[in-house]
This record gives sequence, structure tokens and C-alpha cells, in this order.
Amino acid sequence: MRYVDEFRSGELARALASELAEAMPPGRELALMEVCGGHTHAIYKHGIDELLPPGLELVHGPGCPVCVIPVGRVDDAVSLALEPNVIFTTFGDMMRVPGSKGSLLDARSQGADVRMVYSPLDALELARANPESEVIFFAIGFETTAPSTAVTLLQAREQGIANFSVFCNHVTIGPPLKAILDAPELRLNGLIAPGHVSTVIGSHPYDFIASEYGRPVVVAGFEPLDILQSVLMLVRQLAEGRAEVENQYTRVVREQGNPRALEAIEQTMELRDSFEWRGLGSIPRSGLRLREEFADWDAERRYEVPGVSVPDHKACQCGQVLRGLVKPWECKVFGTACTPERPIGTCMVSSEGACAAYYHYGRNRPKRASVTA
Amino acid sequence: MSEEQSGAEARRRRGRRFRDERITLVHGAGGKATRNLVEAVFLEELGNPLLEPLGDSALLEAGGTKLAFTTDAHVVQPLFFPGGDIGSLAVNGTVNDIAVSGARPIALSAAFVLEEGLPVADLRRVVASMAAAAREADVVVAAGDTKVVERGRGDGLTVTTSGVGLVDDRVALGAERVRPGDKVLVSGTLGDHGMAVMIARGNLELEVEIESDTASVFPLAESLFALGKDLRWLRDPTRGGLATTLNELTEACGLCAVLEEKALPVREQVAAACEILGLDPLYVANEGKLIAVVAAGRAEEALALLRAHPLGAEAAIVGEIEPEPKGLVLLQTAFGGSRVVDMLTGDPLPRIC
Amino acid sequence: MCLGIPAQIVEIVDPEAKTAKAEIGGVRRIVSCALLEGEARVGEWVLVHVGFALDRIDEEQAAETLQLLSDMGEAYERELAQIRETAGETGAT
Repeated sequence: MRYVDEFRSGELARALASELAEAMPPGRELALMEVCGGHTHAIYKHGIDELLPPGLELVHGPGCPVCVIPVGRVDDAVSLALEPNVIFTTFGDMMRVPGSKGSLLDARSQGADVRMVYSPLDALELARANPESEVIFFAIGFETTAPSTAVTLLQAREQGIANFSVFCNHVTIGPPLKAILDAPELRLNGLIAPGHVSTVIGSHPYDFIASEYGRPVVVAGFEPLDILQSVLMLVRQLAEGRAEVENQYTRVVREQGNPRALEAIEQTMELRDSFEWRGLGSIPRSGLRLREEFADWDAERRYEVPGVSVPDHKACQCGQVLRGLVKPWECKVFGTACTPERPIGTCMVSSEGACAAYYHYGRNRPKRASVTA
Repeated sequence: MSEEQSGAEARRRRGRRFRDERITLVHGAGGKATRNLVEAVFLEELGNPLLEPLGDSALLEAGGTKLAFTTDAHVVQPLFFPGGDIGSLAVNGTVNDIAVSGARPIALSAAFVLEEGLPVADLRRVVASMAAAAREADVVVAAGDTKVVERGRGDGLTVTTSGVGLVDDRVALGAERVRPGDKVLVSGTLGDHGMAVMIARGNLELEVEIESDTASVFPLAESLFALGKDLRWLRDPTRGGLATTLNELTEACGLCAVLEEKALPVREQVAAACEILGLDPLYVANEGKLIAVVAAGRAEEALALLRAHPLGAEAAIVGEIEPEPKGLVLLQTAFGGSRVVDMLTGDPLPRIC
Repeated sequence: MCLGIPAQIVEIVDPEAKTAKAEIGGVRRIVSCALLEGEARVGEWVLVHVGFALDRIDEEQAAETLQLLSDMGEAYERELAQIRETAGETGAT
């Protein structure tokens, strides 16, 4: 596959790993955070963490839009799915995420018409093809996915499709990054920025991380060579005492992002005052909702949802894992009370969550020594 | 405590840990949840030495003749998909369970549960397909049954097939026969069936030519019987894919299977469809493939035997058995790293993240 | 959020609706090009996410990135070769 295979070359991997080892500033231990579930997945899938030199570790941050959806919102989704005459459409990722009364998959076994779609446009098409039913689309994702929901809404309005609505749970990447950086016990030297979010928002939204927090940032692609190269770029910045925003993923990310995508979001959505993130608590101006003009396509306005805030489990240490303070295996319930089959917290819930990724791919390998603060 | 007692005690412990109150789809995916259900509910009541190995077939001895005996329920949506249908799936599935137990399939039974309203034309198509598959596999359908359930209660059509076969004297197969140094082979490309069915369900809107690989693997298996005791273990990697089946092996024998990502045969379209949907071919079902564990010294010979048959044209040596870490399956990635290949937790679902 | 796949536009389906068919590794899917600048053209490579072409893939940039990586790879191989040769000379391993 073009633009995929070349960036997975094992031969180039060794060269990069060697460069990386050489570039490490002597005597320092470095922790780099990657915030994107896709990066977490790629790192484990290809075994990239094994190619890192001693003293360098990758920490998984809160960039899994599935993991951060609070239990209460999952309950709201389940409640919508159980409404009569509703076809509830969702990405595969959300099907098994448990709320306090079960997941969407469980709702299906109770008779709800829950269907998996690959694209919000497919959900719109279902609405067109089933005029007697009400189709609701469970919108999740960061700024990468929000434009797609936005365009779908614009098309729904343009084509006068009234039996379609969106349950909007889009979130933005900036505020949680700031929340992480503001954490008192932060031990983070640099950031691997999410490549596909950046395709939409560009690289400037990360400027504050370099200028205000003095941490280098590299916008990274998702193939293993992209990730290794990005790590190398960060290590070089740190060795040279620089703190800048660099772009490794130049083949798709431009500094200014994608203006049409941003425009579509702007036309259809606005920031909520505050949005609850599982494991991180409430973060101001971090979640998107549909604008007033799109009220007719807003599932939250058209239906009654419980809207209850369900607190995280007492034993859950996800908040600390998401901030990079605790490693998955250091969590007291990891692998015992909290497993992928019976997850307690967000990090175990989606296959991209740090704990789930570690559980599936790495828990039986020798653990790397923790980076001390 | 006697062996019987400790076995019963182990079952009770498993039973106590199983707390699910309702059956969900996850229980049918073929991974951990299925196994927990089988151990805690079925073995709890039905456990006996013939059943407990939970092999693809039970090995019986009757009047000095060794027989393999198996059963399979088939539920698939849609009923018809590129490369096959529920009928060919049913016949081949049971034939294959017999074959990988080291036996020649002789006869099958087929029990149909039909839903009120099912078009007879569809039923004819399914039955014709079963007949063709049976002829191809050189077995007869010797017994059958039919029931009809009310509309809305039957999923169109479900088939349960049971099969019996004659164990081949040359082989002694079992997880306990696997040794460090043994090689792992697959008879062909991975993931074809699962992807064909997923795409045929139609809601992913992908346009691609992927056909189910449903076929009898008995000819492939039989060619390997010639290796005698150097053929250690055979399986067909159905639900849960190669990953799940190998995990079952390593758990049973307490050794480790190390796979080479570069050696895994996967069709380009299957690889591409998996990339798009965020799936891993290692976990996708196959219905016409064989995994064989063979003594190291005879691996090349085994490969040649498989490749000599059209169904085995893309056979490959994909890994090796090592003593440690116990009970795990590892993958050496093409990129130069490694990762654990865990057992499937539920049906692989497409993802966007 | 992150699963973006490079695919090639192989057919324009509906210029009004801005839909096209994109292909990767023999798999085709109709995608919306509403987020692309200007008109989509057959032969272009785009990044596909949830049924949308999120942006074009800049082939030149891709080549540059690969060249950079490849140069690093060559330098590494040369160094390795040198180490092997000099090890032979001094008798050290």
C-alpha cells in the first residue's frame, strides 16, 4: 500500500533507532507524551517502544476520544438507542464501552436498533432510506472527525432530511493538553502532537506549549517511521535546548490546517462552557455542541436524555494515568478488578486506552523502569 | 484430593468467577468470553474426560476403532456471501474439525432450524451448496432434521452439523506433543472469510473482491499425516483467527509461539480492508485454512506437501515454538519490534480511532 | 479520531455532491471531497477518514520525508560497514 509500506520499513527503523540513541543528551532521562489513541496503538502494534534507547520513555496521554467520554454520556447514548422508532448509529469503537447500565451492544440485546457505521454520511443515508424511522448518529472524536459530522449536518439541512439528528460528543485537543501541562506533578519533557487532528487545526494551536510551557512539540504521522522520526526530532530539540513546534507529518499537515474543515465546524458547532472528561474532570470550553440553528438536528434537544453525571469508580486511577503520572501496571486495579472484559476506567475501555493497549500488547514483557521526576 | 475431585474443584472455581447474568454477543465471538462461558456453564454440568480437552473433535474408541466426533452450530449473516454460504460453511466447518483431529471424515448429520417466511428458493440454494461441498469433501450427509420457528425468532436459517471420522493411525496429535523448536505453518492467506462476511453485511460500503475461503482442508491435513509423529498439532483457525487459536495452543502446552509478521500471508485487499477498518488480520476468521505445528527438521517438507495442493499454494512457515514466555503468543513485527498477541476479547469491531 | 488512510481518487462520482471513489490496495469506497480545496482529480492521493477525504497528500513532501529517512539509513549502513571493515583490520570484533 502506497504511503503506508514505505513508512514501515524495518531497515530504516534500525538506522533511526541508532540515531536516536546517539542524539540522547547524556545523563538525562526523558519522558515524551503522545496524546493520540492512534499513536498509542501504532507504538504497540509495531513494537516501537522496544526500539527506544534507555532513558527515553513514551507516556500515553488523554487523546483517546472514546476513553474520555464519561459514563453518564454513554448512559445518555444508551437511553437514546432505546427510544422507540430510533435507529441508533455509531462507530464501532463505542459499541462495547460500558455505561452504568451496560453498553450499546447490551442495548441491542435488549431490542434497540443499534447499527455500526463507518461514516456519518452512511447514517444520513440510512435516514434518507428509512423515512419512517428516526436516525441518531453518535458523534465522537476530536477535531479530526468533527468536520465530517459538520458537513453531514450541512447536507442534512440542505437536503431537508428531518429524521436525522446528531448526539454530539466532539471534543477539542487544546484544553486537555493545557490541563495536563498545568498538573503540579508533571514530568513531561516534550509532546508528540496528533497528526490527523493537526491536518484540520494546523500546527499553531500548539504554539502555547512551546512558548508558555517551554516544551518542544512535534506533529507526528502514524506510521512507525513517522513516530520514530518525530521522537528523534524531539530529542534533538531537547539536546539543543530548543522548545519549538515542528512538523514531521509534512505530507498531510499544513501550518494553517484545513480552512474548509474549520469553517464547517464553525458553521455548525460551538464550544460548550464546560464538558466532563472521564478521568480528568470538567474542562472548560473543551467540548462542542450543535449551534442553535441546527437545533432540529440536535439529539440532545429533540430527546430527553438522563444527563446524569456518574462519578468515576473510587478505585480508578485513570486520571493519573492520563496525566502520565502513573503507568498502567502501577495502577492498583490494573489486570485484577479492571480488565478489558470488565473495565472500571476509561484507560481500559477502548483498545487505544493506555491500559488496554498495555494489557493486550505488552503486559507480559519486562517492564521498563519508570522515569523519575 | 483425587484427580476427579481436583478437576471438579477447578470447575467450581471457574463457575464462581463467571458472573454474567445474560448472554450477549460477546459470548459468541470465540475468544475469552466464550471460553469462560463454556467452562463455567457447560463443563460445570457436562464435564467429562471426552469433552474436557475442548478439542475440535472428541476422540472415541468403539470396538477397537478410533473415531473422531464433532458438532458445530452455524449462524451467519448474511446467509450468502462471496465465496460461499451458510451451507458450504456448515459442511466444511465440520469436515475440518474432523480433519484437524487427524481423522478422515465419513459422514455428517445436518439439523435445520428454519424461520417462518424463509424463501424456499434460498433454502434450495443452501442445500445445493451443502451437497456440492459434501461431494467435494467426499462425505455423505447421513442424517438430518428440520424444525420451523415463528417469524422473528430464527435469523432466517440456522444449521447444526455433526460429523464422524476415522482416525488415521499414523498420527498422534495434541498440544502436549508440541516441543520448543517446532515450527508453525499456515496453509494459506489469513482473514479472507471474516472480511468477506463483514463486507457482505453491506453497512460499511466498501467495494472490494474478497471471497470467503470456505473449503475442506482434509486433503491438506491428509498430506501432512505422512509426517507421522513429527506432525504435532493441527487446527483450523476459525472465529478469533490465527491469534486466538495459537493462544489456545500455548495455554494448553505452556510454551510460547513466536510469529514473524513478515511471513504471514495476507491478500492485499484483505490487508487494505483491515487497514481502513482498523482491524488486525490475525484476529479475523478463516474457514478453509490449517495451522500445523511440525518438528523443526521436517518443516520444509511439510511446506512442500502443503504447496503441492492448490488450496495450499500460499502456505508458509510463519513462526516457531519457544520455551518462554510460557503460554503466550508473540509477534516479531516487520518494523523490528515485538508485541504480545493476546487472545481476542470480543468480535473484532471496526474502529475510527 | 486518528485512523486516516492514504487512498487514490480513481473516479469522480458526482461533482455537484463532491463525491468520488477512492481506492487503496484494491478496496474502493465512495468518499466525500467536500473538505478538499478545489475539485478532486482522478489520480490524486488523499487522506481518508470516516468516509471523507480530509486533505490531499503532498507527494513531494512524502518523497522528501522518505529521502531524509533513507539518507539516514544509508549513512547508518555505511557506518556499520566501516565498523565491520575496521574491526577486521585491527583484529577486534
